[in-house]
Amino acid sequence: MSEKPTKPSVSRRGFIGGVSVGTTALGLLETSEIEAAPGATQGPDEVPITLRINGKAVQLSVEPRVTLLDALRNRLDMTGAKRVCDRGTCGACTVNINGRTVYGCTTLAIDAQGKDIQTIEGIAPEGKLHPISVAFVNQDGQQCGYCTPGFVMAAKGFLEKHPNPTYEQVERGLGGNLCRCGTYVGVRKAVLEASKNMKGGFHNA
Amino acid sequence: MPDPVKPDYAWPAMETRRQIGKPISRLDGHLKSSGRAKYASDWNRKDMLFAALLTSPHANARITKLDIDEAKGMPGVVAVNVITPVGQQVQWEGTEIAVVSAKTEELARDAMRRIKVEYQVMPHLVKEEDLAKAGARAKAAGEQVTGDPDQTFKDADLVVSDGYYAIPVLTHCCLEPHGQVTEWTADQMNVWPSTQNVSGHAGDLGTTMKFPADKIKVHMDHIGGGFGSKFSPDRWGAENARLSQMSGGKPVKWMLERNTELQIAGNRPSAFAKIKVAAKKDGTLVAWQSESWATGGIGGGGSPPIPYVFTEIPNKRMNHSAVATNTGGVRAWRAPNHPQASFLTCSALEDLAAKLNMDPIEFFKKNLALTARKDLYSRQLDIAAELIEWKKYWKPRGQNGAGPVKEGLGIAIGTWGGGGHASRCQTTINPDGTVVVETGSQDLGTGTRTVITQVAAETFGLPMSAITLHIGDNSLPPSGASGGSTTVGGVSSSTRKSTVNALAKLFDVAGPALNVQPTELEAVDGRIQVKGNPAKSLTWKAACSKLGVSKISEMGINDQRKPEGLNSSGVGGIQMAHVSVDTETGIVKMKRFVTVQDIGLVVNPKLADSQVHGAAIMGICGALFEERIMDAQTGKMLNADMEFYKLAGIGDIGEIISHLDITPENDKRGIVGLGEPCAVGVVAAIANAVANAIGVRVPSVPLTPDRVLAALNGTSSGSSDRRSA
Repeated sequence: MSEKPTKPSVSRRGFIGGVSVGTTALGLLETSEIEAAPGATQGPDEVPITLRINGKAVQLSVEPRVTLLDALRNRLDMTGAKRVCDRGTCGACTVNINGRTVYGCTTLAIDAQGKDIQTIEGIAPEGKLHPISVAFVNQDGQQCGYCTPGFVMAAKGFLEKHPNPTYEQVERGLGGNLCRCGTYVGVRKAVLEASKNMKGGFHNA
Repeated sequence: MPDPVKPDYAWPAMETRRQIGKPISRLDGHLKSSGRAKYASDWNRKDMLFAALLTSPHANARITKLDIDEAKGMPGVVAVNVITPVGQQVQWEGTEIAVVSAKTEELARDAMRRIKVEYQVMPHLVKEEDLAKAGARAKAAGEQVTGDPDQTFKDADLVVSDGYYAIPVLTHCCLEPHGQVTEWTADQMNVWPSTQNVSGHAGDLGTTMKFPADKIKVHMDHIGGGFGSKFSPDRWGAENARLSQMSGGKPVKWMLERNTELQIAGNRPSAFAKIKVAAKKDGTLVAWQSESWATGGIGGGGSPPIPYVFTEIPNKRMNHSAVATNTGGVRAWRAPNHPQASFLTCSALEDLAAKLNMDPIEFFKKNLALTARKDLYSRQLDIAAELIEWKKYWKPRGQNGAGPVKEGLGIAIGTWGGGGHASRCQTTINPDGTVVVETGSQDLGTGTRTVITQVAAETFGLPMSAITLHIGDNSLPPSGASGGSTTVGGVSSSTRKSTVNALAKLFDVAGPALNVQPTELEAVDGRIQVKGNPAKSLTWKAACSKLGVSKISEMGINDQRKPEGLNSSGVGGIQMAHVSVDTETGIVKMKRFVTVQDIGLVVNPKLADSQVHGAAIMGICGALFEERIMDAQTGKMLNADMEFYKLAGIGDIGEIISHLDITPENDKRGIVGLGEPCAVGVVAAIANAVANAIGVRVPSVPLTPDRVLAALNGTSSGSSDRRSA
């Protein structure tokens, strides 16, 4: 029914990332509105959709208002991404869509159709750990761990664009994720360790 | 039978330890960093329903009409449970009114919005900054007087500092909200809660629900933050059980929405104080006078213990008022009341030191006889000063250069108890050599799993991978709630005892096989051997095979009142901050933060450092960013979200240095808790560093740009200098 997305998803991260110097937020919003092609009206009842998650096509039925995060957690039992702020602030729900790091809580599931969605569950084969996950263990970049999958996903997206980051770049690049236990000291070290260990090319497990 | 010789539970000598004291990575780290760890909020049961909660938009109101009929009839809705019926009063925004269960979360929310409620709205008080406006809502505690403060303050030779200081209500803001999945069939209740008290959860819930606690099964593998706010099953725990029952016993997931989480699921009391403090010209403290007030919600607010640490100031007068506000109730927060007390006291003392033209370190040292730990604090001040390079960077207040960006240093002091809570641990050694350790504790992210496993592996001379640990279930031997920094002390002690008891039983079997008395044996490097003689030994597996078909199963009990040298309590700590402040923008940045923490035996220094780092970062949040903001007109919390309830990000923390006092002497004290003491002085140290940098006190934290600029302009709001309300 909806093999094509009808509207580009705009996550807060992407939104802010898109605001270049001299471009007002209003200007960006208008651009998004223009890009939004008028598609067939869907909903409010559930519609069948197909999502490509971690390389596999998954069919499910959701109301158009359901976020990608809630689809993952409530419909597909993929609970690595967490719902914390639910408003695009904290990054605990971070996933990767078409190579971009986005917040799952501010992306509609129907808008994620036709795109490559990668979640924390898909970054390493079953029973194996991604080098970034390993680095978070080694550097104790986690305590309660609730923010950690989001941090790992954000770090993965960051390191793909900045394979040799400086300390300062790590602090900026991971600025879209929040932790309450205060694990940032370990997270900083973990991202730098991961950047070294990924030189061999374990970018996509 | 003669009484058996009492086993020696003492911790192995420091130099012989193979696991304890080693910086081992947390055992469940791989589950968390791969997203495989399952939290309460992650449980998806078959046929599970979702709950949506309707809460009160008013801070003080009586319900006059409540109509759930439309909601009940909506598609997908299974049950509607009225929590606060008509006629009852709600006393804060966010109070639970009614909750819906439905097949999807979206349908549950739709139905919740169709519940019709009418309120008779009554006057509220939600702000406590201005004590004069609190009227009858302020209840004075009895005045406390020591010595003769009035006469002392009249002494013209004294230097007196008079200040106003304010630290606001914070919310715990656990990233995993409060909540649970509950299924309550006729004769069994299964609960998957997010709790700091796995073993006690069923008892509390059973009492509330009038249901036998032994028929309530509680399970939790991981918890997404608690910090003192998740001890009880809470009203939503009880009402979720009822909702499940009303839904035919189906499992129902109910996690609080973020706004409700911030409104009602836990906050730390505020503290406001007008403090006058006096010293002789040589810096000797002689008099203290404080008028303080606080709120923790409708129940008022506990008095922070001031003067803090410097308790023996000879002349004191303290007055405190608890202000009852129409806001969500207070809960324990990492070192309850201590961060506030440290902030109030250390701010007043730093202001006095500045007036005396004294280096605050010298001023603190001059008065350490007024504390319970003179020598300790003196040594810690020296260590911290070196780590933060005090001599290199500290300048007297306000003499921090001519440019717009000023740097400053500040200090703070803290104390805490710690110890070990009541805990039972059962250890089983099987004939095939496998070892199972079981205790009904919980790992809050502090590393409880790792610590228990280290202790067991140490006793048995085995690698940690040889130990199977079960925690997080109330069918296991009960262990205390994780509060007061007593978990590591409690579970390590019970684990030590149960593993020593089990090992003694294994020695009983291995002794005859090696033709020696069991007391001559030791467990080292995967072998049971004659002490000091690896040649005369059995492998662990071979020794266990001598058990035949019977396994060893031994309990170990930590009695909170009789720690038997395995754990103890009572610590002091010093914290120092180095900040830069842009006097044009008012932005404060962390440069370096140092914690020097008194501690006993450290089971895992890597995890201990993480606790110190985490406490520092949480304190940085409180010093620079976070506060609950209430609206006087509407009675609402204005920032019940994570965009405007601000936490520090990864770029906001600067360099953090943790110094744990790991010494043979301290090690003899056994385990002392850590999570709370290192959280005490952070806000105080940063506030003092900012005062030192810019030359004036910013009376209220968090030290937001507007407050810093107001202080620089002489327009800070405050009860003694109130120019703007």
